[in-house]
Amino acid sequence: MTERPTGEPLVRLTGVNKWFGELHVLQDVDLTIDRGEVVVVIGPSGSGKSTLCRTINRLESIQEGEISIDGVRLPDEGKELARLRSDVGMVFQSFNLFAHKSVLENVTLGPIKVRKKSKADAERRARELLDRVGVSAQADKVPAQLSGGQQQRVAIARALAMDPKVMLFDEPTSALDPEMINEVLEVMVGLARDGMTMVVVTHEMGFARRAANRVVFMDAGRIVESATPETFFTNPSSDRAKDFLSKILNH
Amino acid sequence: MQFFIDNFPLLRSAFLTTLSLSLLAGLLALVLGTVLAALRVSPVPPLRGLATFYVETFRNTPLTVVFFFLIFGLPQIDFAVGFFTGSVIAVGLYTAAFVAEAVRSGINAVPPGQAEASRALGLSFGQSLREVVLPQAFRTVVPPLGNVWIAMVKNTSIAAGFAVTELTASLQRLSNANAGELVLVLLAVVLGYMLITVPSAFAVSRLERRVAILR
Ligand SMILES: Nc1ncnc2c1ncn2[C@@H]1O[C@H](COP(=O)(O)OP(=O)(O)O)[C@@H](O)[C@H]1O
Ligand SMILES: [Mg+2]
Repeated sequence: MTERPTGEPLVRLTGVNKWFGELHVLQDVDLTIDRGEVVVVIGPSGSGKSTLCRTINRLESIQEGEISIDGVRLPDEGKELARLRSDVGMVFQSFNLFAHKSVLENVTLGPIKVRKKSKADAERRARELLDRVGVSAQADKVPAQLSGGQQQRVAIARALAMDPKVMLFDEPTSALDPEMINEVLEVMVGLARDGMTMVVVTHEMGFARRAANRVVFMDAGRIVESATPETFFTNPSSDRAKDFLSKILNH
Repeated sequence: MQFFIDNFPLLRSAFLTTLSLSLLAGLLALVLGTVLAALRVSPVPPLRGLATFYVETFRNTPLTVVFFFLIFGLPQIDFAVGFFTGSVIAVGLYTAAFVAEAVRSGINAVPPGQAEASRALGLSFGQSLREVVLPQAFRTVVPPLGNVWIAMVKNTSIAAGFAVTELTASLQRLSNANAGELVLVLLAVVLGYMLITVPSAFAVSRLERRVAILR
């Protein structure tokens, strides 16, 4: 467990509903994430975890409800939205590094284009971050020359370069070979220790136990349960969570 | 050989006219076509509609009709352009529709995660297009754009019917004057076109290899 979160809300979802056509993917979702809090989102495939993550920086729009970050309601489109997104780091399952740019350029693009930093400043900071995630030796390569674990660590550095208020991780280790999962989780645990506010969709219980303040269990578009990792994994209150845990534990 | 020497000045100027017509129209088509492709993927529905309307109109109109409109139609509304300028604009506007389609298919071939990652960083739609999507789209679009370019070079021959003395017009002139050497006349003109298209095809395949992206 990390330091206690501050009790000061940073991300707030109230009465969020979203449909994909007929499909009601998010149903009356209420969720508040405090500054410094690490929330792990867990649940069966198709339960809406990715969609929840993506609504927080409005890669997906919502039809009902309200989402605010640091007290500011998510704007609809345009400059305001872009500014808000720059404060929300996102790490994808499939890394999504810019394929035509070097590792270093991947990390400096946002600071230069969005934060208007000078190239020299952006590069200095990028090298620090690449060092922090352990891939500084790869700075001049293109993403395809890196292993999956290295790519995902670059993606984390790219997000950190924007000095985000909160980081969203959507199954960051699901596309990785087993031997690379830990190197990515270690970086994430380090971030959590340093007090980063994080929303992490993952089934890595080890990570949840080590780094999370809270586990949120989703099923069929609803938040069914929200508890400390210890309580959730040892004594879940809902039948659906019990059922889900028995399935993933048997694997 | 004597035939080529005698007619070299005409052939040369005809060749240069075709070349400059192609280059200018090609530049116009590339710029306008890219803008149209960007509009077609923009989040603003009226812009998408406008670009779709443009592309469908020009794709479905014969090029000769576009020439007619620009060269004989515009003066009716007191906006006359010269024959050469009119030809550049006609070929450029027409070809832009095909460039737009090629670039759009290139944009669609860029994995959506690339644009998502750039928007998630806070890049605007335009920045994401310029910095991330288009540079990758152009790489896949090099071969189809090469085809559009070669088709366009040949399409400039329509300008022959609108008082521009380019290669095809020189063919008409020379074959009248040298009826006995028709084969040589044809050969000269075809060589003129090939002097543009064959090196282009070569350049395209070089370029294609150079910009290939590692995934
Ligand atoms: N862009 C989309 N269009 C239509 N349906 C979608 C889209 N994205 C996700 N879905 C559907 O929404 C549901 C929730 O998806 P998702 O949030 O990806 O779930 P999870 O991440 O928990 O596996 C699934 O049934 C999925 O098929
Ligand atoms: Mg998912």
